[in-house]
Amino acid sequence: MASDHIVKSFDDQLNRLGNVIAEMGGLAEVQLSDAMEALKRRDIEKAIEVAAGDQRIDDLESEVDHLAVSLLALRQPMATDLRDVIGALKVSSMIERVGDYAKNVAKRTSALAEVPPVPPAFTVARLGRLTQEMFKEALDSYISRDLVKASTTRNRDEEADALYTSIFRELLTYMMEDPRNITSCTHLLFVAKNLERVGDHATNIAEMTHFVVEGKTPEGERANNDESSFTVVRPAGID
Amino acid sequence: MTGMTAEVMTPKEVETAKEAAIAPKFVTKGVDVYYAEKQALTNVSLDIETNQVTSLIGPSGCGKSTYLRCLNRMNDTIDICRVMGDILLDGADIYSREMDVVHLRARVGMVFQKPNPFPKSIYENVCYGPKIHGIAKNKAELDDIVHTSLQKAGLWNEVKDRMHEPGTGLSGGQQQRLCIARAVAVQPDVILMDEPCSALDPIATAKIEELIDELRVNYTIVIVTHSMQQAARVSQRTGFFHLGELVEVGETEQIFTNPKDERTQGYITGRFG
Repeated sequence: MASDHIVKSFDDQLNRLGNVIAEMGGLAEVQLSDAMEALKRRDIEKAIEVAAGDQRIDDLESEVDHLAVSLLALRQPMATDLRDVIGALKVSSMIERVGDYAKNVAKRTSALAEVPPVPPAFTVARLGRLTQEMFKEALDSYISRDLVKASTTRNRDEEADALYTSIFRELLTYMMEDPRNITSCTHLLFVAKNLERVGDHATNIAEMTHFVVEGKTPEGERANNDESSFTVVRPAGID
Repeated sequence: MTGMTAEVMTPKEVETAKEAAIAPKFVTKGVDVYYAEKQALTNVSLDIETNQVTSLIGPSGCGKSTYLRCLNRMNDTIDICRVMGDILLDGADIYSREMDVVHLRARVGMVFQKPNPFPKSIYENVCYGPKIHGIAKNKAELDDIVHTSLQKAGLWNEVKDRMHEPGTGLSGGQQQRLCIARAVAVQPDVILMDEPCSALDPIATAKIEELIDELRVNYTIVIVTHSMQQAARVSQRTGFFHLGELVEVGETEQIFTNPKDERTQGYITGRFG
């Protein structure tokens, strides 16, 4: 974290910014894991709790905005300090989005708890574990400015995309098999999409780690295994 | 670019002008400066690009002003000062015997930290240089030079009705712009500025900065400044000096967003201890 500025209060402000990001990230991690837990246990009460908990993350995001604007206006940060502030602004909005996804998963849990479970829920839970790990790793890389960890996270997004594509196919298949599955499968599809987005944000946070440390984001396209946009599953017996 | 006017140039002249625009105005190589036994600059190699603003930053005593003063041999005025290395203006060694120092200082003008108009009228402040260098043939031409110089320095509208009042009666910012007009009047190639805004308020500073941006079209500008924000605002290239060495030079944006050297990083982020 920031230290050694001639003006000590500059350090204090930068450190405060880092601490709020860490707190936001920690909260979003808990929100996400609670949302997935509630989904697994079909626990409506817990889901409601998660949905209500999102407000705290939004409040912290406002605090980051306020701190960052005041740092830019009053301290005119340069070089690494400037990148720290810009990084904090961007990462906080990414964490806030992850919080929103957790909240959306929680909301869908209430609907899903009212219909019979379908087997693809297990694969969705697996995607949940993967993206939670990615998100945690991305936050760790950002907070500890760890480039190695950031690169690992970035490479794992491929796995998340591939898993999401296979969930997409699986859900379509179950819906075709029995229209009574459509409600639960559609909700699960949105849950999976939310989780896939968490993976994307984890990747973006990892890229911000590169930006704050090196002054540039990593070059080269990442491999993208999300083929769901092009996926067609035809009912058996046709064509 | 001396004396370049709006006249139509032949293709050959255009080519030459283009080449001149691409080549750096100043090339300096391995410059060492000593004040008696004390070494003030060590092995400074820096190219000053034509029609760009180059800012030199660094803590007090780092050698940036010493370097600036090498560019028009202002250091010659200090007896104990020795300058070594190559300093080429448009390819010509300015420390060679053939170099006419008076002519050099007309080509490479200077503006100082504290506005220092002559204790004479505004008109005389500006016309003095062209007069002694024989740039104007007659009174009408001289009037014209005074007019355009004051216009280029963004001062004309403020002083046109009081040309014969003393220059020292102007405000600090106006005096500094008068000094810029005085430098511009002798048709220089390069203008050196040593902390030109440190004695001015923010509005006068903004006017000078706007002026620097306009002057860049016709002149090459080197500015020494203690304000990093100012360096960031006005210059295209920035050089960071520390303990008599040129630590890092590069595009201004790169220096302020992603400096390569830790000492630069430490200085611009306010971590120098």
